[in-house]
Amino acid sequence: MTSYFLPRDLHPAAWWVWALGLAVAATRTTNPWLLLTIVAVAGYVVVARRGEAPWALAFRLYLYLGAFIVAIRVFFRVVFGGAEGSTILLRLPEIPLPEWAAGIRLFGDVSAESLLGGLYDGMRLATMVICLGAANALANPKRLLKAMPPALYEVGTAVIVALSVFPQLAESVLRVRRARRLRGGSGKKKVKALHTILIPVLEDALSRSLQLAASMDSRGYGRAGLVEARARLITGTLMIAGLIGVCVGVYATLDGSTPRYLAAPVLSAGVVVGLIGFWSAGKRVQRTRYRPDRWHPPEIVVAVSGIAVAAVLFTTSEVNPMNMNPSLIGLSWPSLSWLPLLGVLIGVLPAFLTPAPEPPYAALEEEARA
Amino acid sequence: MIELDHVSFTYHGRAEPVLSDVTLSIGEGELVLFAGRTGAGKSTLLGTINGLVPHFTGGHLEGTVSVDGVTTRSRPPREFAHLVGVVGQDPLAGFVTDTVEDELAYGMEQLGLSPQVMRRRVEETLDLLGIAELRRRALRTLSGGQQQRVAIGSVLTTHPKVLVLDEPTSALDPTAAEEVLATLARLVGDLGTTVLMAEHRMERVIPFADRMIHVPGTGGVIDGTPPEVLKDMPIAPPIVHLGRLAGWDPLPMSVRDARRRASSLALGAPPARNTSVGEELLAASGVVVRYGPKVAVREVDLTLRAGEVLAMMGRNGSGKSSLLWAVQGSGPRQGGKVTVEGKDPKTLSSAAARALVGMVPQTASDLLYLQTVAAECEAADAESGAEPGKCRELLDRLAPGIDPASHPRDLSEGQRLALVLAVQLSAAPRIMLLDEPTRGLDYTAKAALARMIASLTAEGKAIVVATHDVEFVATIADRVLVMAEGEVVSDGPTGEVLGGSPAFATQIAKILGEPWLTVEEVRSALPQEVP
Repeated sequence: MTSYFLPRDLHPAAWWVWALGLAVAATRTTNPWLLLTIVAVAGYVVVARRGEAPWALAFRLYLYLGAFIVAIRVFFRVVFGGAEGSTILLRLPEIPLPEWAAGIRLFGDVSAESLLGGLYDGMRLATMVICLGAANALANPKRLLKAMPPALYEVGTAVIVALSVFPQLAESVLRVRRARRLRGGSGKKKVKALHTILIPVLEDALSRSLQLAASMDSRGYGRAGLVEARARLITGTLMIAGLIGVCVGVYATLDGSTPRYLAAPVLSAGVVVGLIGFWSAGKRVQRTRYRPDRWHPPEIVVAVSGIAVAAVLFTTSEVNPMNMNPSLIGLSWPSLSWLPLLGVLIGVLPAFLTPAPEPPYAALEEEARA
Repeated sequence: MIELDHVSFTYHGRAEPVLSDVTLSIGEGELVLFAGRTGAGKSTLLGTINGLVPHFTGGHLEGTVSVDGVTTRSRPPREFAHLVGVVGQDPLAGFVTDTVEDELAYGMEQLGLSPQVMRRRVEETLDLLGIAELRRRALRTLSGGQQQRVAIGSVLTTHPKVLVLDEPTSALDPTAAEEVLATLARLVGDLGTTVLMAEHRMERVIPFADRMIHVPGTGGVIDGTPPEVLKDMPIAPPIVHLGRLAGWDPLPMSVRDARRRASSLALGAPPARNTSVGEELLAASGVVVRYGPKVAVREVDLTLRAGEVLAMMGRNGSGKSSLLWAVQGSGPRQGGKVTVEGKDPKTLSSAAARALVGMVPQTASDLLYLQTVAAECEAADAESGAEPGKCRELLDRLAPGIDPASHPRDLSEGQRLALVLAVQLSAAPRIMLLDEPTRGLDYTAKAALARMIASLTAEGKAIVVATHDVEFVATIADRVLVMAEGEVVSDGPTGEVLGGSPAFATQIAKILGEPWLTVEEVRSALPQEVP
């Protein structure tokens, strides 16, 4: 039991599964109490288990974004007609629109039902966004890229390198702007000033990326190793066949007039063939990973708790497209039943049943000094 | 181990070959020092060893280069990753990942080593280089010396037979450079790795180099033991100049060596250093610069007088740059007063401030943005409100013979510095601040810079130079100011500050004791020497 709770960073994919579970659960309900509970659960787990890295501190931004989404939704209900329902709260003059804009209403009466509908709808979307934000705060995005299948390794590395370019670019923009002031600074024209900053920055970025490329090359990035021509041919054929299968399958599924045997069967066969090709492409990559993240019991607890939330809400709640908000037919307080509430609360388990993240370097240093 | 057989190399679009008919054979476990001026072809020669030249750079290579029996002709550089480890000048630019541990493992991941082996080697390498306590740190937050050691560690984990280092200490302060070089010396001793190293400040490497290869820039190379090669090399460290001056044979290679023989030198009176200074040009008191909670400069007082060269020293991050920027007026300054000609440059517009105090920042090329040297000069005249042709005239005085049509990027490091200096001087400030101007300059370019500085002070300008290069400081500076943790630790005449401290003593001071700092001083005090 002690080893279970030893501080360590969990596999990033586990947090993503958990967060997606919560997000899926949010799509199943417009009940504001349930949605607020989901946000509270996500927020509690984030606070309990996030590290000190910059991405972990960005959770607040997602909360702001959520609030913004709700506000926009409600605002739109006021602007573009909100007269469904009988409880009129506000009477605004309606602006007449030309014939071709029939169906769109500008201002007019605003009903409580319509406002609440907008509020609930916005809350649902906001909750989903906040769940994704929680995943982002808990899972190191770089480690997630590293956990990609071997066949996608090169793409993953490229993305990691690209991500690390942005802070560098910001740094050199600041440096060059400061240097510009040394040369008499503000040019007369804005465009010219921009150009004087852009050229040294781009030059800098270009020479850095060349140096990085040379360094990666000499350190063995993209070593092909010895691959038989036959193996390459088989992998290529499998990948292409799989891709064609997926394309045909998707087309047939979406187009009702194509024969049905071209739809689901071809789609699934294409996916399977493609996956085999993917697997064989990954198999011949002779590359290993240093201290890969592994799935241990805590990861399973995290993932299962997320899936459980989604599963409970799938069985207990249902969004009827014809009647999204039962409580709005006759205006009443939304009611809350116990079962879905308990289901959502399963999602808070990771805050207690997982090891804490590893303390950041600075904290370790402080402790050693004390 | 490494065989170069009649190797010639020409860059694309150049008529003259950089290397012509070079034949070399380097054995296992040798430490080979490559010396030569910037642009003479050292980096090119080193690049051929793992095939970056020509696979990555382009160009035309004749002859064969082979490492451990494998020629670079048949395989790209990545197939040499297990044989040759390459460390560049700027470690940060070569990092692929973002933490120390991941960076050490990166090369091994590419080679497909098993996780157990990787784990073991990472731990071994962390200990070998003395960076175990940094393992989880982000690479960007490390100091220059630490970064360079991580870069060396990251290529060592694959256990290469050859280690190629292209000026590994050029961006480091003296202490950090000693750290890195001591690490390398240990590696050669402990692991038997073949090390090929290019280094401008060769005096630090010569004591433990087995062999030296001089790349003079004519295409060929001169190969031999360090004393043999140094005997006729035009660029040489001060200790060799002293040995030549005193007629010692064989030439001394280490300070210890030279000190033993120095007792035979009959020296006259030590030279008197220039102590006469003019009127006060700048007075700063209580300057404070802080970045959030971090205090970069802590209540520093500074005065500059006409005709004076002040050298600012101290390790990286000790506040030298922040102080220079604050004094110039462009950088942040939270407290204190700066007065130049009765005005505070911070309160003036940037154009007016640079007419009072000019500055060349650490990356001088940040100031250049046009296509040709001539265009840069014209723009500078317009920006400074000087009469047309002023900047070009200054440039011709500082570094004669630069083609006006050439692109600033194509200039050598020293020429580019001269161009930026000319651009800044066109505003006619009486004070000029230079932040690390010697970075990447070879002996010749440094001598040229010293002449530029001397001609400026002769006009009554005051010059401040922030640098790590003690030998350079000894040649040019009248006064030295040492900073640590944002405070001034010592401030006094060059002879006192440099001679009195082991960290900042020049080679000559280490050999002959305090009043002697440069070979020039010894030359003038030798009675038997007829100039």
